[in-house]
Amino acid sequence: MKYLDEFRDGALARGIAARIRQEVEPNRRYALMEFCGGHTHAICRYGIEDLLPDNVRLIHGPGCPVCVLPSGRLQAAIELVERERVVLCSYGDLLRVPGAHGDTLLKVKARGADVRMVYSISDALDIARAEPKRQVVFFAIGFETTTPPTAVAIQQAQREGLGNFSVYCNHVLTPPALRALLGIAPSPSVLPSPLAKEKSGTRVQESVDGFIGPAHVSTIIGSQPYEFVAADYRRPLVIAGFEPLDVLQAISMLIRQINASKAEVENEYTRAVGAEGNRKAQRLMAEVFTLRPTFEWRGLGWLPNSALAIRPEFAEWDAEHRFDIPAIRATDHKACACGEVLRGVKRPQDCTVFGTACTPDHPLGSCMVSAEGACAAYYHYGRFRQAAAS
Amino acid sequence: MSGRRDIFARRLDLVHGCVEMSHGGGGRAMAQLIEELFLAAFDNDWLRTQDDCAQFAVPSGRLVMATDSHVVSPLFFPGGDIGCLSVHGTINDVAMAGARPLYLASSFILEEGFSLADLQRIVESMARAAQRAGVPIVTGDTKVVERGKGDGVFITTTGVGVVPEGVAISAGRAQPGDAVLLSGPLGDHGLAVLAQREHLSFDAPIQSDTAALHELVAAMVATVPGIHCLRDPTRGGLASALNEIARQAGVGMRLREAAIPVREPVRALCEFLGLDPLYVANEGKLIAICPADSADALLTAMRAHPLGREAAIIGEVVTDAHGFVEMETAFGGRRLVDWLSGEQLPRIC
Repeated sequence: MKYLDEFRDGALARGIAARIRQEVEPNRRYALMEFCGGHTHAICRYGIEDLLPDNVRLIHGPGCPVCVLPSGRLQAAIELVERERVVLCSYGDLLRVPGAHGDTLLKVKARGADVRMVYSISDALDIARAEPKRQVVFFAIGFETTTPPTAVAIQQAQREGLGNFSVYCNHVLTPPALRALLGIAPSPSVLPSPLAKEKSGTRVQESVDGFIGPAHVSTIIGSQPYEFVAADYRRPLVIAGFEPLDVLQAISMLIRQINASKAEVENEYTRAVGAEGNRKAQRLMAEVFTLRPTFEWRGLGWLPNSALAIRPEFAEWDAEHRFDIPAIRATDHKACACGEVLRGVKRPQDCTVFGTACTPDHPLGSCMVSAEGACAAYYHYGRFRQAAAS
Repeated sequence: MSGRRDIFARRLDLVHGCVEMSHGGGGRAMAQLIEELFLAAFDNDWLRTQDDCAQFAVPSGRLVMATDSHVVSPLFFPGGDIGCLSVHGTINDVAMAGARPLYLASSFILEEGFSLADLQRIVESMARAAQRAGVPIVTGDTKVVERGKGDGVFITTTGVGVVPEGVAISAGRAQPGDAVLLSGPLGDHGLAVLAQREHLSFDAPIQSDTAALHELVAAMVATVPGIHCLRDPTRGGLASALNEIARQAGVGMRLREAAIPVREPVRALCEFLGLDPLYVANEGKLIAICPADSADALLTAMRAHPLGREAAIIGEVVTDAHGFVEMETAFGGRRLVDWLSGEQLPRIC
């Protein structure tokens, strides 16, 4: 496959890995957070950690849209489809995520609710056109990558006067999440303290020496919005594609910056990302969406200006305007450590229910469900490491 | 047969007609459907008796019996249809014991309103598949459900076969040190069905690999009678089949990703859809596990057969208390190849 195989080349990988081994300083510890679940997935699927020296440690970040959606918003969707008898269109990953009381969209579907898995929002538009007597609600989630298509669909619905289509908007923004992570992270680490301890003995945010920055999100927003990471928090950030060589190359670039005590935003993913991003997509987002003053993230809590709402001029296509969708405060399962995993405080295998009470078949938390979730990636691809270590 | 046709006022309308409730009612309409459609296509001595069962002599040796239901959607897809799939599926289940399949039974659940032309197409495809395989369909059953209570047609087939002397093939026999072989490239069936369902079109359409594997198995067993295990990686793909075997045998597996054949269009479409070819269904492939010192001979025998031309040794069985199937990635790392969780592609066979 052109443009893909060359980014999965084992021989090139060995070359970069050799360079990394030469360049790491043996007495330094490199704690690097990959923001996106797409990176986590590549790291686990291709076994990238096997190619890295022991003192390069990868920490998984919160960049998984399904994972960060709080239970309350999901529970609201579950109650909406049962109460209003709408057609709820959702991406497949969301169907198995537990809302409050362990209920899922898959379970309400089995009970008779009309929940349909779609591949894109345009499928939901098609359903609304084909079934004009049904109210069709698209459960929109995602970072900046999936937001422009939602904007296009809402505009399209307006143009067509599609009165039976609406969007339950849960789109969130990447930079505020990064800022929140940095706000709780202590300063860069030095050996031998992999996990800092608070006086109380509980773990606090592990230090992060550098970030592997988002791939697809950056094609939309560009590299400029990450400058605060370097300027305000003195951490290097390298935007990287989702292919394994992209990730390995970004790790190499971060190590060089760290060794040189630099903190810059660099772009490994130049084949897709520019400084300014996709202006047209940004304009579309601005036309249709407005900032919510605050929004709840699983694991990160309530973050100001971190999510999008549909503008009042498109209220007709806003499910939160069309239907009565009450705000629901739902707590996660008390044994579930998704919050700490999303903050990088815990590794998936540190969670007491990982692989026991919580598995992809019976998930307690969202990180075990989504293809981009760190727990799912570890469970599917990396469980043997845990077994070997024990 | 022709002598009895006068009890029907006119022939079935196999062009414009459709299934009616009376076709499953046990009366004249059902008799006509059986005679003019099923019997005409499957024609053999057993069916001609028009008994409710088939009687046949039992050869000496161990008998094998397997059953398989088919609910694939859509019913017709590039490279096959529910008809030939239902014949191949059960023949393959019987063959995975190293057995020679002898007879098939088929059971149809038809939905009221289903086109008789489509039904005829499906039945004729079954008949062709059975004839090519040399395994007659000797008995059957037909039921009709109300419109909206089925999805066109569901087919269940059951097969019996006989295991040759000296052959003992079972997943539980996989042992550490054994070689793991695969008969050809992965993923074609699942993606052919999915592409048809989602109306994805390509310059070179992906065709289902649906095929009866018993002759390949016969050639393999003739060369290496000591094969420990055979399994066809259908739903859940190679990954799930290997995990099943590992669990049954209490062993682990180590695979080499670079050795696992996947055709380029399948790889590309999997990439596009976010699927892993290791989890996509196949209907004409098998996994063979045999002692390492027989692996080369088995590979040669497989490659000499048209359905095993692209066979490869893809890994080995190891001791592993956790029963993990691990893979050395082409990138140079290691990963687990886990069970499929949930359902990747529903209604695939």
